[in-house]
Amino acid sequence: MSQLLIKNGRVIDPASGTDMLADVLTQDGVIAAAGANLEAAGAEVLDATGLIVAPGFIDMHVHLREPGFEHAETIETGARAAAAGGFTSICCMPNTLPVNDNATVTSYIIERARKLAITNVFPIGAITKNSAGEELSAIGSMKAAGVVAISDDGRPVMSARVMRRAMEFARSFNLPVIDHCEDLNLSAGGDMHEGYESVRLGLRGIPASSEDVMVARDILLAQVTGARFHVAHISTRNSIAMVAYAKQRGLPVTCEVTPHHFALTDAQMLPYDSNFKMKPPLRTAGDIAALLDGIVAGAVDVIATDHAPHPGSEKMQEFEKCPFGIIGFETALGLSLEHLVHTGKIPLTRLIAILTTGPAGVLHLNRGTLAVGAPADITIFSTDMQWTYDVNQSLSKSRNSPFDGHTFRGGPVATIVNGAIVWRRE
Amino acid sequence: MPAGLLGIEELDRAEIDAILARAKQFQPVQDQSQKKLDTLRGKMIVNLFFEASTRTRTSFEIAAKRLGADAISIAASGSSVSKGESLVDTLNTLAAMRPNAIVMRHSASGAPHFLARHLAMPIINAGDGTHEHPTQALLDARTILDRRPSLEGLRVAIIGDIAHSRVARSNVYLLSKFGARIVLCGPASLLPRELARMAPGVTLTNDIREAIQDADVIMMLRVQLERQHEAAFPAAEYFQFYGLRLEHLALANPDVIVMHPGPINRGRELSSEVADSQRSVILNQVENGVAVRMAVLERVIG
Repeated sequence: MSQLLIKNGRVIDPASGTDMLADVLTQDGVIAAAGANLEAAGAEVLDATGLIVAPGFIDMHVHLREPGFEHAETIETGARAAAAGGFTSICCMPNTLPVNDNATVTSYIIERARKLAITNVFPIGAITKNSAGEELSAIGSMKAAGVVAISDDGRPVMSARVMRRAMEFARSFNLPVIDHCEDLNLSAGGDMHEGYESVRLGLRGIPASSEDVMVARDILLAQVTGARFHVAHISTRNSIAMVAYAKQRGLPVTCEVTPHHFALTDAQMLPYDSNFKMKPPLRTAGDIAALLDGIVAGAVDVIATDHAPHPGSEKMQEFEKCPFGIIGFETALGLSLEHLVHTGKIPLTRLIAILTTGPAGVLHLNRGTLAVGAPADITIFSTDMQWTYDVNQSLSKSRNSPFDGHTFRGGPVATIVNGAIVWRRE
Repeated sequence: MPAGLLGIEELDRAEIDAILARAKQFQPVQDQSQKKLDTLRGKMIVNLFFEASTRTRTSFEIAAKRLGADAISIAASGSSVSKGESLVDTLNTLAAMRPNAIVMRHSASGAPHFLARHLAMPIINAGDGTHEHPTQALLDARTILDRRPSLEGLRVAIIGDIAHSRVARSNVYLLSKFGARIVLCGPASLLPRELARMAPGVTLTNDIREAIQDADVIMMLRVQLERQHEAAFPAAEYFQFYGLRLEHLALANPDVIVMHPGPINRGRELSSEVADSQRSVILNQVENGVAVRMAVLERVIG
């Protein structure tokens, strides 16, 4: 019988509306009790005085690069970096090599994660075979093998007909469909947000409309099919407005925002520095204002990192040649506190909710709560601790972050997965 | 470490004035029978061209040699780049041979800016993608100032594929810093509205007649078919609506000058009659290219 007693923390559990100074006791990997002055002889004790004790954070949009791209990240290193960001569960996108479009690959990832990952890992399956956008993948058997959603992520399904069929099929297995909304014809060749900055820098633009037309299409298809539809990394003001409208109409539509999309504008990127190159691209101050309003108003369900590791050799090139994406686990909480909580936009409880109950709700995961009997996934963090991000100390295999050297107020202190402390700040 | 020259945007008026004044002093050298100075004797310049170029590469090479420097030109097709080496590795290799500066043209916007962050060597931008072409704007300014006392208040029409033009961007920055009024003109698909915010004094129009009205200077741009990844306009009717013909010149100031960065496509962006007319200063631009690049090389490594 293994026990862990977390003493004297401010326990915030949005699922139950709890916010109190209390102790939390775990036993054999599940939450055993939460309350004042708990005692447990022989339990390992963790002092959380002055810290927040929250349900373990869930990152529903990450790239672990295994199998196929282990030079950028592995399930093992990705999970370690996730734990250092306070995440206890991560959901990996299917754009591996081979693509996770069948139960064999799904099982391989789950087996590797069971052996090597210090966090929970939930795979997301591909919508179409090889994410080529044509033929539906083995969605039912992947669900049986353990995928929690389907998505073709960075290679979005262009055919509305195929997407409609995918939504219908996913609905029969009660799986959400996640779409990286990008009309590849409108965005073709683009390297950054289309606007004043792209014109000034002579870089080809990715128009906001390339996201908006696909969000519109998918909302209409979700209405037709009744499928659960989730917008990945939403970044434009029109898209947020459309999601808010869909929710108002009672459609099962949800969305996520990444920290970098509310932390940085296209004008803040260092010219031609590929650590600022990602999809969707950094947008304008007006888009950020709309994202923040959406978070405040409840249109945004989830914060997800879109952790996308790339080795230095691939990011050290001409801007137009560099791949899209940045790493994001270790800076997510710090950026969220900085831009959402310290600014007074949302209370801490709401931030914890969009990191826990939000994604758990989208994916129907039995996690994201400190209820007695739930898996003992717990994130302990500070809202005040000053620390500076040194990307060279990252637990990820890759170093592609625009936040190197940034000083944060607040961040993760300890991460507990299934009752075991898997990471502690040194 | 002396700075290189990456773009016009980051230069101030005093720096531009100094280069243009020095270029004027170098103009007579071009007509001397003995053209070689020894200002940069013992210095080495590498011209690294990842994009085909005859005039700019030759112009830099001649400029270096007239200053007494040694110049080597490397075309990307014959270099290690075609063997898969990364741009940073190629530049580091060349830098290890200790030239005094690298003159570089590249099809990727920002390639020299990216390299300048990782390389302890002055880089002179000879054109990066669709971003900047600083020495072209400097030689254009020199050419205008050979005929006008000042750039202030001049009405300059820049006509053509503005979206894909590094010449247009560098000229907008330079002319704006000196108080010129700039009209950018082209079909809407090649004239993003955001251009109007690039610098003070910039206006946009899709009508070539409106652009040319009362112009002191007309700059025609090459139609850059190689930079268009799609059909942004119907090629067949480009000349009809955006080509410069003799009858247009009547709308401009009587002493208007017509410029073009070359190479010109007769019958596509301007008619042969215009190219060969008294108003055309296209060859003067080429001539000034050498003097201006001498001034730039001297400033960077002198």
